[in-house]
This record gives sequence, C-alpha cells and structure tokens, in this order.
Amino acid sequence: MSARLALDAVSAGYGSFRALFDVSLEVAQGQAVGVIGPNGAGKTTLMRVISGLLPLRGGAMTLDGRAVGGLAAHRMVEQGIAHVPENRRLFPRLTVEDNLRIGAFIPQARKHFAGQLARVYELFPRLKERRDQAAGTLSGGEQQMCAIGRALMSRPKILLMDEPSAGLAPLVVAQVFELVRRIRAEGLTVLIVEQNVQQVLDVVDRAYLLEVGSIRLAGSAAELKGNDFIRKSYMGL
Amino acid sequence: MDIYLLEAVINGILLGGVLALLALGLNLIFGVIDVVWIAYADLVMCGMYVIFWLYADLGWPLPLACLAAIIGVAALGVLVHLLIIAPILGSAPINQLLATGGLLFFLQNFATLLFGTDFRNIGVRLPIIEVGDIYVSSARLLAFAMALVGAVALWLFLRRTYIGTAIRAIAQDRDIVGLMGVDQRHVYLVTSAIGGALAGLAACLLALQYDVHPFVGNTFGPLIFMICVLGGLGDMIGGFVAAFIISQIISIGGYYASTELSYVLAFTLFIVLMFIRPRGILVR
Repeated sequence: MSARLALDAVSAGYGSFRALFDVSLEVAQGQAVGVIGPNGAGKTTLMRVISGLLPLRGGAMTLDGRAVGGLAAHRMVEQGIAHVPENRRLFPRLTVEDNLRIGAFIPQARKHFAGQLARVYELFPRLKERRDQAAGTLSGGEQQMCAIGRALMSRPKILLMDEPSAGLAPLVVAQVFELVRRIRAEGLTVLIVEQNVQQVLDVVDRAYLLEVGSIRLAGSAAELKGNDFIRKSYMGL
Repeated sequence: MDIYLLEAVINGILLGGVLALLALGLNLIFGVIDVVWIAYADLVMCGMYVIFWLYADLGWPLPLACLAAIIGVAALGVLVHLLIIAPILGSAPINQLLATGGLLFFLQNFATLLFGTDFRNIGVRLPIIEVGDIYVSSARLLAFAMALVGAVALWLFLRRTYIGTAIRAIAQDRDIVGLMGVDQRHVYLVTSAIGGALAGLAACLLALQYDVHPFVGNTFGPLIFMICVLGGLGDMIGGFVAAFIISQIISIGGYYASTELSYVLAFTLFIVLMFIRPRGILVR
C-alpha cells in the first residue's frame, strides 16, 4: 500500500502548549480516512498542521513519498493539499464564483479553471444557480458545498475536511455526508475530521481515534464501529 | 440657476475626482494590509517633485515624467511596506500609526533638504474652456477624467484578475487565504505598489494645477483621511462617494462664503455624521 499522505510522529502546539504528541497516520490513495475524537483532542490542530497553517514542531510528513513537513500553507496547496476549514470560512462578500475562482489561485490550477469549474458545478448544481450571489447569503448546506467546491478548484491530491457537519441542521448534516460519499466515489483521497462519529464511520474506509493529542485507536471503519470503547464513549450505545 | 453656483458645483465634481482616487488608494491599503498610511499625501508630494524635477529641471517630456512619477511612487509604496510596515505588521495599531507618521516627517524634511521650502510650479498652463457662460479649467477636467480612468482600471483589476480577487478576499478573511495558495506577503507587496501608483497618478493630476512644496501634503492629507473615515475605513465605494460629498461642500461653501469657512463646514459635517453614522455613510 503506497501512502498518499503519511505523518510520522508529528507533534505541534501553540506557544508553550503542546496539542499533538507523536501522531502517526497514513492515508492511502483513493481512500477516505476519518479522525474522530472529543472536543479539544487536537483534531483541528492536526488539520492545521497538515495544511501548513501551523508549523510542525517535530516528526515528518510526506505526500506521495515527498517530504512536505514545515512548508507554508500556500506552498502546501501547490503540493496538492486542499483544506476545507472548520466553519467553512467562505469569503462572504465575494460571489460564489469568485470564491471558486480564488480556489484556483495556484498557477497549475488556473490553467484548468474552466474545466474544473464545470466539474464543480456538475457536482453541486446549486452553486451554479447561485454563482453570482454573495457567498455570505447562502444557506449552511450551500456554504459547505461552496467551501468544498473552492477546495476542489485547486485540483488537490488530498482533500482535508474539518468538521464539515458542524453547525448544520440534522437534515443538512445527512446531505453533507452524502456529499462526502460522492466526492470519495469520484476517486479523491479524503481525510475528514468529525465529531459525528456514527455518520463519519459510515462514509470512511479507515479511521483514527485522537484523544488529548495522541492516536488512541486505529482501524477499519467496521472495526471501530464494533469497538466497545468507541461504541460506549462516542456512539452512546 | 445661478451660473456661478453651477460653476462651483462643476468644480466640486472635478475636485472630487482626485480626492476619490486618493481615498481609493488609502482604503485599499487599509482594507488589505490593515494599516493606515498616515504619510499617504506625502507620497503624492514625492510624486509631484519627481515630475517637477524630470520635466522642469531635466526637460523630459511631460507624459514620460508622469509615467516615471507613477512608477517611482509605486516603488516607493513597496519600499514603505518592506522597510516600515512589514517588520511591525503584528504590533499594536498605535505603533503602526507612529511609524507611518514618522515617515511623514521624514519625507517632508527630506524634500526640504533636497528642494528647499520654495513653492515650485512645473509651468504648464492648460487652457480654460468656455462652455456658454461657464468657465472650466481643462487641467481640472483632465484631472477628473484621468482619476476616473484610474478608478475604473483599479476596479477592473480587482474584479478580473486572480491577484485582484485575492486582494478582495484577504480583506475579508486574512487568516485563511493561505489555504487558497495565496502568499499574503506577495499580496501585500502588490497592494502597496497599487496604493503607491494611485498616489503617483494623483501627483500627476495635482502637479498640473498646484505648486509643489514639501508641505503640500498637509493641504489635502487631512481631507483624504476625513473622506475615508466618512465613507467607512476600508469601504472603497463609501470613500468614493464621500469624496464627492466633501468636495461639493468645499466648492459650494467657497462660493457662498469663503474657502476657509467651507473647510470649517466640511469638518463640522464630518463630526456630525460621525455621531449619526460612525461606521461610514453607506453602512446600513
């Protein structure tokens, strides 16, 4: 199995606070991998480290075998990592299409802008209907589509999704997981962080449990779904 | 309608063009980099001296001297960012104000050292145009037209290019643009260059109408800040509209009373509007 993304004993933190301790994980090409865990476990920190928003304090990170650890965020995008941040973080006063356009900012994505835009609109026809609308006026679910579409515009090798279901109504949450399933079916590699354990385990191949900054458990989605500890602590069963 | 009043209104509109151009530049810098270039009007002064020096002293053709001023002040804008703003980007706003305020004194005194405190004029006299009974200075007309061209060019740049889209995006969420593959430092440099180029363009337009001296920035600098605050700091359309409101007050006030009194009137209105609409005239 060749790992698309591999983290080896990565640690990171904010100031004197250490948020991640020797985290190792692997995402194989074409796989969807989940990271679950309670609030404050370091899930968002992990995403921020992978996308270069937060510097690596230790350990190594490779993308398709190439060392990418410690690059700045804008360089990570060029390497092929796209990050759908927590709370979507669209540019609210830019139109939907301008949000997508800036997703294609890197030179290698600009060349394919028209084709990729058509692909995103095909994936999310709602965005095409609302292309000239300010992104801030979209509904929560549409904003999540736009945020995912914006990330896809850079034609990434791996898509990071941080809590895509957070802050959405239950019905919309189901739609978001359906989106994840479709993106995965397109063959894209996905690493997704979620608190919605039951639903995320339904769409990923493998998952990791992160607790207080360390990987506590790892396994296939089926294994974790059958794990007593996960069932008791995270699924309320 | 009183023909002189009409003339005052027209002059107000023409004056508003250059002020609007400068308000655009200042708002762009503030919106994107989140710093206020206190010395912005003094960058215009530098540009006016470049034109004076190249055209009147060295005998360059005027359009070439103007082009050199625009490029020169754009480069100056980049230097201001690299040398003064970038090192203190993360520090308290008051420190940034003091630093660019210090630049104001530096530029004014440096200009005094180089050129003395004499009022100098490039000596270009453009004809007065007579339409019916109304007299309009063609220098002002040209300044207004060029200011509009500059504003439209900026608008197209911000709308139609990737870097322009990045500039608009960074003003809305600066922490996240890195995830789009945008290098903040690069955007800041481009923005500083554009801000400088707009000041350089304004210098060309003002050099045709006014004398240049080291403190010429003081005559319109406070006005531009007032316009920007009135329109809402960082709000480019608000600043654009406010420029024409203020220039009308000054022009019409100057017609009914005196220029000095019209400035008093403009600043009084400014204070009143600050109470009614503290976040800018267009903010709902």
